[in-house]
Amino acid sequence: MSKNSNETPNALPILEFKSSNFSVPVLALSSNDLIAIQQQLQEKTSLAPEFFKNLPLVIDLQISNKLNCNIDIAALTTIIRKTGLLPIGLRGGNKQQNKQALDLLIPIYSVNNVATVEDPQKQQTPNPTPETVIRDTSTMLITQPIRSGQRIYATGDLIIMAQVSSGAEIMAEGNIHVYNTLRGRASAGIQGNTDARIFCFDLQAELISVAGNYKVSEDIEASVRNKPVQIYLQNQALIIQDLIQHH
Amino acid sequence: MARIIVVTSGKGGVGKTTTSAAIAMGLAKRGHKTAVIDFDVGLRNLDLIMGCERRVVYDFVNVINGEATLNQALIRDKNCNQLYILPASQTRDKDALSQEGVGKILDELKKDFKYIVCDSPAGIEKGAHLAMYYADDAFIVTNPEVSSVRDSDRMLGILSSKSRRAEQNEEPIKEYLLLSRYSPDRVKLGEMLSVEDVQDILSLHLLGVIPESKSVLNASNSGMPVILDEKSDAGQAYADIVDRYLGEERPHRFIDEDKGFFRKLFGVK
Repeated sequence: MSKNSNETPNALPILEFKSSNFSVPVLALSSNDLIAIQQQLQEKTSLAPEFFKNLPLVIDLQISNKLNCNIDIAALTTIIRKTGLLPIGLRGGNKQQNKQALDLLIPIYSVNNVATVEDPQKQQTPNPTPETVIRDTSTMLITQPIRSGQRIYATGDLIIMAQVSSGAEIMAEGNIHVYNTLRGRASAGIQGNTDARIFCFDLQAELISVAGNYKVSEDIEASVRNKPVQIYLQNQALIIQDLIQHH
Repeated sequence: MARIIVVTSGKGGVGKTTTSAAIAMGLAKRGHKTAVIDFDVGLRNLDLIMGCERRVVYDFVNVINGEATLNQALIRDKNCNQLYILPASQTRDKDALSQEGVGKILDELKKDFKYIVCDSPAGIEKGAHLAMYYADDAFIVTNPEVSSVRDSDRMLGILSSKSRRAEQNEEPIKEYLLLSRYSPDRVKLGEMLSVEDVQDILSLHLLGVIPESKSVLNASNSGMPVILDEKSDAGQAYADIVDRYLGEERPHRFIDEDKGFFRKLFGVK
């Protein structure tokens, strides 16, 4: 860390290097089929266009290089930018890819630890400016019914005040609350958060899932249907519990 | 200000064209200048139901392509001089319609008409999409059975996400439920969903229930919208629906079975 000797009248340094943690999505690639990559990127981003707009990300080529799929960084970057995403780093690239990335002013990160690459000593000390840690805790609130064929993706929690029809699909990286009848498919903790839960007023779902552990309608017992329940994971088993406990 | 009404359902054979013809006639009979457009290019039916099939010269696609003017293509109804029909082309397919072309025609009609009723084709493809795209109000025609209800739900999702109003973040399309081919006796036997079941699934404002009725088939065969058959149950149901749409209070009918023996004997058929 270096300090600038010039100071402003109120004794604050004009600039200062600080260490700070950011949570940035990593785009892991396991193919060099640029057309397929572009298609899938477009599909994914269309799920939540607002979330993905101008989203910074780090390109991860560990798997693709292990599979000997050589990816041209210039072409890949163009595709990623076209979908509205902003690549801000590369990791797991080979020599040639790293050079290509630097030519495009994209920094290289080491595979082991992205956050502390520039300042390994900082690893031991607690983060000095915790308020700058970016975590997406935004909650999506929906008051309109979710109809058959509609898909909703929330990057944080998802709260729905209206019904979710059968044939509809709601997904959240965090918890899902449905203050009405849930007839469609609901997946909480879709990025692997095993602490995520689903709450609903009236369970008639086609499928429920927490962090990839799912139950289809057929497997949901009659004793928990048509009533307010919460759904959570316990030892990798999906528990469906009455919200109103009778003592 | 003119209002564009789309009559839609997702599923075929539920009574969209019958409903389009009936409500267009009902609105016109109440003195509102009304146009009804057949969006089912390639499977033209509305002209038959309206009894004007032998007067079709130009059609919707001709107007879009600039081969005819709107005034040349519009057919004035023989029963009501406030009602005009714009027939679909039978020889083309739905790709002949374009969003821009449809928008232009609707804008032109809006200058002259109070209500524009768009009779949507079945499905959720281009024809159905264009029929609902510019709508202000949507009449969702549903039969009391699960597949029809699900398709209606799907269509409601499309209305709330793919319409012009949705795309431009305007006030959403007003959605109304029309439950057609309803038979209280069969509901009682458990062969049909009840009004409550359908409303529970769709959570939509019920504009009216149209009973399963022979009069509908008779009306179609004779090319007279069923609403003109004022003695028939279906005709009365549509009359109620038009009144309710125009803001009048009408108690719901045709939901409960006729209980008494005498009512069965002497009641409306």
